[in-house]
Amino acid sequence: MQMTITEKILSKSAGKKNVKPGENVWLDVDVLMTHDVCGPPTIEIWKKEFGENAKIWDKDKLVIFPDHYIFTKNSHANRNVEILRQFAKDYNLPNYYDVGTADYKGVCHIALAEEGFNLPGTVLFGTDSHTCTSGAFGMFATGVGNTDAAFILGTGKIWERIPESIKFVFNGELPKYLTAKDLILQVLGDITTDGGTYCALEFDGEAVFEMDMNERMTLTNMAIEGGAMNGIIKADEVTMNYVKARTYKPYEIFESDDDAKYKSIYNYDVSKLEPLVAKPHSPDNKDTVRNVEGTKLTKCYIGSCTGGKLSDFTNAAKIIYGNRVKVPTFIVPASTLISRQLEEEKFNGISLKQIFENAGCYIAQSSCAACLGGPSDTIGRAVDGEVVISTTNRNFPGRMGSKKSDVYLASPLTVAASAIRGSITDPRDYL
Amino acid sequence: MEKVIKGKAFVLGNNVDTDQIIPAEHLVYSLSDPIESKNYGKFAFSGVPIKDAGLPLGGVPFIVGNNFTSQFNIIIGGSNFGCGSSREHAPFALKVAGVEVIIAESYARIFYRNSVDGGFLIPYETGIKLNDKISTGDDLEIVLSDNKLRNITKSEEYDLNPLGDILPIIEAGNIFEYAKLNNLI
Repeated sequence: MQMTITEKILSKSAGKKNVKPGENVWLDVDVLMTHDVCGPPTIEIWKKEFGENAKIWDKDKLVIFPDHYIFTKNSHANRNVEILRQFAKDYNLPNYYDVGTADYKGVCHIALAEEGFNLPGTVLFGTDSHTCTSGAFGMFATGVGNTDAAFILGTGKIWERIPESIKFVFNGELPKYLTAKDLILQVLGDITTDGGTYCALEFDGEAVFEMDMNERMTLTNMAIEGGAMNGIIKADEVTMNYVKARTYKPYEIFESDDDAKYKSIYNYDVSKLEPLVAKPHSPDNKDTVRNVEGTKLTKCYIGSCTGGKLSDFTNAAKIIYGNRVKVPTFIVPASTLISRQLEEEKFNGISLKQIFENAGCYIAQSSCAACLGGPSDTIGRAVDGEVVISTTNRNFPGRMGSKKSDVYLASPLTVAASAIRGSITDPRDYL
Repeated sequence: MEKVIKGKAFVLGNNVDTDQIIPAEHLVYSLSDPIESKNYGKFAFSGVPIKDAGLPLGGVPFIVGNNFTSQFNIIIGGSNFGCGSSREHAPFALKVAGVEVIIAESYARIFYRNSVDGGFLIPYETGIKLNDKISTGDDLEIVLSDNKLRNITKSEEYDLNPLGDILPIIEAGNIFEYAKLNNLI
């Protein structure tokens, strides 16, 4: 039987020879990831259901990154981090990355990759919708709620429906004014926010395999914005080299059979695509940057699991170099490693950090920050009447704070160019 | 299931995402503390732009003043209900506010799973676009055994899709009860 990469990984995890889309199966989970917003309620449900003597199915497979509401005075948010800290202490957890210590990493999806938890062929569940990011490593990764996570925490198992797959093939060479973000905004405009519901989005084509892992993660990260269960890219040399530098754990590489069945296949010639935005208030509200050029902005934001990776800042720095920003512009590295890389990586002999500081940007500490609004003292949070352009993932009403704000989603190149003019600007004007 | 659910409709549009159901800034309250968790009811649907709240007219607050429960216990949505984040706080907030059933053309996967596996509410699907047939405040009745929705105010009846694979989990109460009944844990 011919299968897609997603079907092959899930059939292995289910202990079956083959699986078909629509079939419900019980999966063996390789890694469970949680964070400060959903970790505490997950732990409560686990204790309630499995009793005071509840056992974690496999401590090595549980990974906890506090990352959402970190640099805030909100006492309830701080209490959540304290609950995680105590839990990690009580159960002597090997993979807890505490706030305020050298272990602190920042945004979970990026930290999972950096710390070597993303392994081709494995199955990852996380209490966050952007868990699909890890699919860039040729693995199955998806988000669940607290109850499902509590079930996994106690049993290492969960039920899932085998998804149909939709394939997106990006042919050709990516022009220098486009990034993975433009490609995924194109996809979302084409399939809409529910076009991928209960499906796997598989990304293929030479333009994808030319990308580094950072850029590949931008594609799989926003699979959820199309409603998908997972996004996936088969592992290649680039993946293997990234993994090898971080862990010795074994893994298995799967790829789709030539005549595997797809719900649909989309082919793109990337040389013909344009820099894009998602206009308010939906990630599928696609338009070209040219069409909205000149829209006045109050804030620019480069950060999050989607747009706060090293490649996002290298791209932004290329444009911001030697310029001043006209509106408040926030640089929020997804992880503490990326924060350090901003000091080490150089463009024209100057560190990225220095380039952003010289331009007048605010550089924030690593966390999810204003991508999801957060408590009222969150840095970069959108207030009433603001018009923001952001490299983040969602622009539903109120996502970045006030529901009376407008958020445009775009690539780091477009956000950087827009920051210089204070209005939405095509990056080709600066490249 | 022989159960009958009666109540008033609150009608919304397409793509009601989890930030509209419960804005992220409120995700800090305990879900287990009986007093503190009432905040989730208080802020349920507080992220819905007011013009879209309570269709067809809009401008209807789901929660009035400082209450934490709503007079509306049946939600009529459009397509892709519950899209966005994985927060289980979303179906939880609706349950605290008194919601028992949602009827929509389609759901986002994680919201759907959370609603069922957590035992918070019943997410019915329908092949009919109901959010332009039913008005906020209409008196509705759902007979779970025959998958019918009756609109008492308008004297109409609509078919709902059978719950299928999730029915045993709903009948058991949640995923843990289902797993115990089936000797999975």
